[in-house]
Amino acid sequence: MPTNAPEPQPASEVSDKGAAAVRFRGVHKAFGDNVVLRDLDLNVEPGERVVIIGPSGSGKTTILRVLMTLERPDGGTITVGGRHLYHEEGRDGSLRPAGEKHIRSVRSDIGMVFQHFNLFPHMSALENIMLAPVQVHGKSKSEARALGLELLEKVGLAEHANHTPGELSGGQKQRVAIARSLATDPAVMLFDEVTSALDPELVGEVLSVLRDIAEEGSTTMLLVTHEMGFAREVADRVLMFDQGQILEDGTPEEILRNPQEQRTKDFLGAVFEH
Amino acid sequence: MTAAPPSTSISEAPAGGRHRRWYRDPGRLVPVLLVLLGFAVLASVEAPRGRFRTDVIAGRDEAFSFEFAVSIIAPLGRGLYTTARATVLAFTITLVLGLVLALLRRSGSRLVRWPAAFVIEFIRSTPILVQFIFFQQLVRAIDGVSLGAVQILILVLGVHYATYASEAYRAGIDSVPKGQWEAAIALNLSPLTTWTRIVIPQAVPNVLPTLGNYLVAALKDAPIAGPVLGVPGILFAATAIRGDTFRQVEPFLLAGAGFLLVSLPAAWLVRRLEARVAYERT
Ligand SMILES: Nc1ncnc2c1ncn2[C@@H]1O[C@H](COP(=O)(O)OP(=O)(O)O)[C@@H](O)[C@H]1O
Ligand SMILES: [Mg+2]
Repeated sequence: MPTNAPEPQPASEVSDKGAAAVRFRGVHKAFGDNVVLRDLDLNVEPGERVVIIGPSGSGKTTILRVLMTLERPDGGTITVGGRHLYHEEGRDGSLRPAGEKHIRSVRSDIGMVFQHFNLFPHMSALENIMLAPVQVHGKSKSEARALGLELLEKVGLAEHANHTPGELSGGQKQRVAIARSLATDPAVMLFDEVTSALDPELVGEVLSVLRDIAEEGSTTMLLVTHEMGFAREVADRVLMFDQGQILEDGTPEEILRNPQEQRTKDFLGAVFEH
Repeated sequence: MTAAPPSTSISEAPAGGRHRRWYRDPGRLVPVLLVLLGFAVLASVEAPRGRFRTDVIAGRDEAFSFEFAVSIIAPLGRGLYTTARATVLAFTITLVLGLVLALLRRSGSRLVRWPAAFVIEFIRSTPILVQFIFFQQLVRAIDGVSLGAVQILILVLGVHYATYASEAYRAGIDSVPKGQWEAAIALNLSPLTTWTRIVIPQAVPNVLPTLGNYLVAALKDAPIAGPVLGVPGILFAATAIRGDTFRQVEPFLLAGAGFLLVSLPAAWLVRRLEARVAYERT
């Protein structure tokens, strides 16, 4: 609820439309005394694939959740495709806290895939995927069904359309969840450790779907993951996150092979040990 | 597409059966029809006319008289029908109003939440007998409103159990994992869609066992109103027969059996319903 609305920033900084897919400016988020995001600035270009790494509790999930509007920031501004997420812009460029309607409208550009899938257990795989296209995008049942089947095909689950999540393996569930998010055609997709709840032998099938999405190239992707091989392969950029701030920002080569900061080295050392 | 779906054995079996309509399944359809038929038979019996008389007068000293028992089945059956029908109608109110109260109590606005909580707690913590009498007097006091005894029974019983049901619904709603709400936000579903398509369908199966118990409890509470309001229900009928014949073993024994006749199938139906709406939680 925008009672604790972020401090507006000068409008000149964000009025260049068509610029960043995602832009954080001075974003601040605390849970009680625990400051999780400190004055965070972040730019993600359209179509860019950004992998976020960092130790547990450093605030990686919170970045994605704030962007998905699952948490409200305490301060700063966020734009998605040039539009303010939590603010409405007056004619004179001044910012005021946005209402639910505005937030919903901007939010339609964002999709998220969760660590624990969060599929709707009382619906079949196909119904999970069809729900938003029918209810939110006003598609007809048959259009949505065609789209759903196409997406299930794409994630390799065409013959599981009528199965409920309870009848699917973890890897299959996560692929359905990805298809469900794709069905809303978001410009920006967020992936929060989407393979870490899976048995090791099921990780590959999910990563392969992510690779396919990345190869198509038009979707902006923000991925939190500990799969460093995958990060190196897919990412345009890697962000090393620590204590609510970006510690290092560079190409996968720079960050993963040749980190500058001691804490990045320690973190990567710990990850590769496993 | 490189990811090959590992085909598991469970993946084949339930695909077709899951979405078969319940009425296509004889195992479900037949009992439902039997219960409906029972109600229809009871309903078709001539409406009660005040007193319950039977031509068979058994001697006072006699032991259980089978002939006498058979002769009072019809008036008791009519009473049972009145009681059961009032309970079913009352419970319809319970199911809907209970959900509304639960939603009001979860409202973001204190102006809504607090009065709802007060009404729920107030009704839950006063005896239903008092509520019957109070409501009857209230109806009498208000000009232009006239409700029959059965209507008062239905309203009071329905509202009384709605306050219990609202707490059950609330627990059911709270049992829906946070991740479900978050997935709904990530898909940009409207609040209405989130409630009707995601939350309520998952909350209701969790609530069904409790609601089933309340239905049986309501059935047992319904005849309490009989003597107070003058509802010609089953206990009222049994009492009338005792008054006429000075025999109480047969009418009250049969009345008890009558309750079983309704509550056992009701409990069984609720269990079947539970099994039907259950889904594997993930
Ligand atoms: N809803 C919440 N309430 C309180 N503290 C939270 C909440 N969500 C996250 N935190 C805290 O914020 C910090 C960052 O969490 P998170 O963003 O999940 O980190 P990461 O994903 O990098 O492991 C942690 O200290 C965590 O305990
Ligand atoms: Mg996390």
